[in-house]
Amino acid sequence: MSEGVEIRFEGLAAGRQSGVRLPWRLSWRPVMPLLLAAPLLLFMLVFYALPVLSMLMRSVNDPSWTLSHYASLPGDTVFLKVFSNTLYTSLTVTAGALLLGYPVALSLVRAPRYAPLILFLVLLPFWTSVLVRSYAWMVLLGRHGLINEALLAAGMIDRPLRILNTPLATQIAMVHILLPYMVLPIANALRQIDPSLARAASGLGATPWATFRQITLPLSMPGVAAGVLLVFVLALGFYITPAMVGGTREITLSMLIAQQVDQLNWAYAATLSVLLLATALAIIAVFYRLPGVGHTLRASAR
Amino acid sequence: MTVARALPAMLVGLILLFLALPIVVVMVVSFSSATYLTFPPPAFGLRWYSVYFGSDDWLRSTWLSLWVAAAVVVLATLLGTLAALGIARLPKALRVLASALILSPLIVPVIVVAIGIYYAFARYGLVGTPAGLIFAHTCLAVPFVVTSVNASLAGIDPRLEQAALSLGATPIGAFFQITLPLIRPGVLVGALFAFITSFDELVVALFISGSGAVTLPRRMWDDLLYQIEPTIAAVSTLTIVLTVVLMGCAHLLGKRAAA
Repeated sequence: MSEGVEIRFEGLAAGRQSGVRLPWRLSWRPVMPLLLAAPLLLFMLVFYALPVLSMLMRSVNDPSWTLSHYASLPGDTVFLKVFSNTLYTSLTVTAGALLLGYPVALSLVRAPRYAPLILFLVLLPFWTSVLVRSYAWMVLLGRHGLINEALLAAGMIDRPLRILNTPLATQIAMVHILLPYMVLPIANALRQIDPSLARAASGLGATPWATFRQITLPLSMPGVAAGVLLVFVLALGFYITPAMVGGTREITLSMLIAQQVDQLNWAYAATLSVLLLATALAIIAVFYRLPGVGHTLRASAR
Repeated sequence: MTVARALPAMLVGLILLFLALPIVVVMVVSFSSATYLTFPPPAFGLRWYSVYFGSDDWLRSTWLSLWVAAAVVVLATLLGTLAALGIARLPKALRVLASALILSPLIVPVIVVAIGIYYAFARYGLVGTPAGLIFAHTCLAVPFVVTSVNASLAGIDPRLEQAALSLGATPIGAFFQITLPLIRPGVLVGALFAFITSFDELVVALFISGSGAVTLPRRMWDDLLYQIEPTIAAVSTLTIVLTVVLMGCAHLLGKRAAA
């Protein structure tokens, strides 16, 4: 193993000088893994953990130790509106992604002939930056965008619809951006279902729909839960997409935080950040208690 | 019977169209000859690509993004691979603690990370400098390197290393001749992810790039605030091609590593 080498030389050298043998080497061995991990851990402490923690501390020590920033949140109408809007957006986006994602995951597993094509179409947006995809939706949903031009040409509307800069635009673009996070865990769970179960069910006279409802759907639930968790938590913190396509009237928590930082209102920004982080962690904690979710998440992370 | 089979297929086809359409539209618009954003384009041409390649601002941001991403790859891959090797051998309590710190950027909302880094980097004097971007992006990229190297390490038979040692290899020799070749695909996948993470990163850059270190995504964002003209479609198309090629490589490498 790699960890012994310098230590062994050092150990021998030290042993020769002092007359003590192996203990040096033995006591150094467990330290080597820590030495390998230490540079990264230090780096992340200095450039990530301490910066974020010191910023979050502003929520309780500005101007001196106080919980007043949290105490004023329940009476803060701007915050309440933004927070409920953020939760509502995350919920609708999660529901939309589940509705569109499940059939895609099913076809990915059930139609092996088309699986490479489907996988490519799912991964293509996954590999494209959020900025580019949000921009794409600006192009599609704008006054002279593809959607409006198509509807006008088809005679379904007389004048361009206002979709860009509305919450609907945010929801459409976010479903598009987050869909792969729903499809991949569900497909993963579906793939692990023993195909003989469905065969046995239909052999016993179940219709395809009954087989799906009683066998496939329940057994895919860990994947559904993992997908719902991923999409919901990621949606909670979305910033770029709502800022680009959602307009300024109905903003999300991330946008409010960015606004407060622009106004150097650090205590308020930090309080909102703690709340956003706590909400995300609470949801993760709840979902991890569901059977099979942790395993499915780890499996689809690979 | 045929309807019952055709209907789900059509439904899935429509959803896949929804997935692909925006990206296809951006690529088509980038070859538009119109001076404003319209679809379908009245005629095609390379006008917006020549605007991009003729603009010092765009090219300067592109180079900055490319070399910041390259530096992030070196730093994140080096620190991340060493750490993955160490963490696998730590006692459980320490391993959990170290993993929690290293993987947490995947869970903490990026706006929180971004303003935290902005808050501290302003005091470190790192706002508006490429070094600040490199340090921040490395923290965001490292989780991908560590998880990918870790997955490779988990797939290695420990007896291979023991065999090398018992045949007289030094531990360092065994690492370079046995372990490193076996985890190389994982290291490469991690490096590709690190590159994309930095190259595409916008939220942190919005806060810390200032006016001195304007990355490509930052310039696209600034431009979008004033106008939606097709130059951005051309830049987007170029970045789509770059990221899809790199991620495709990572996907195939990851598959080979798993096989």
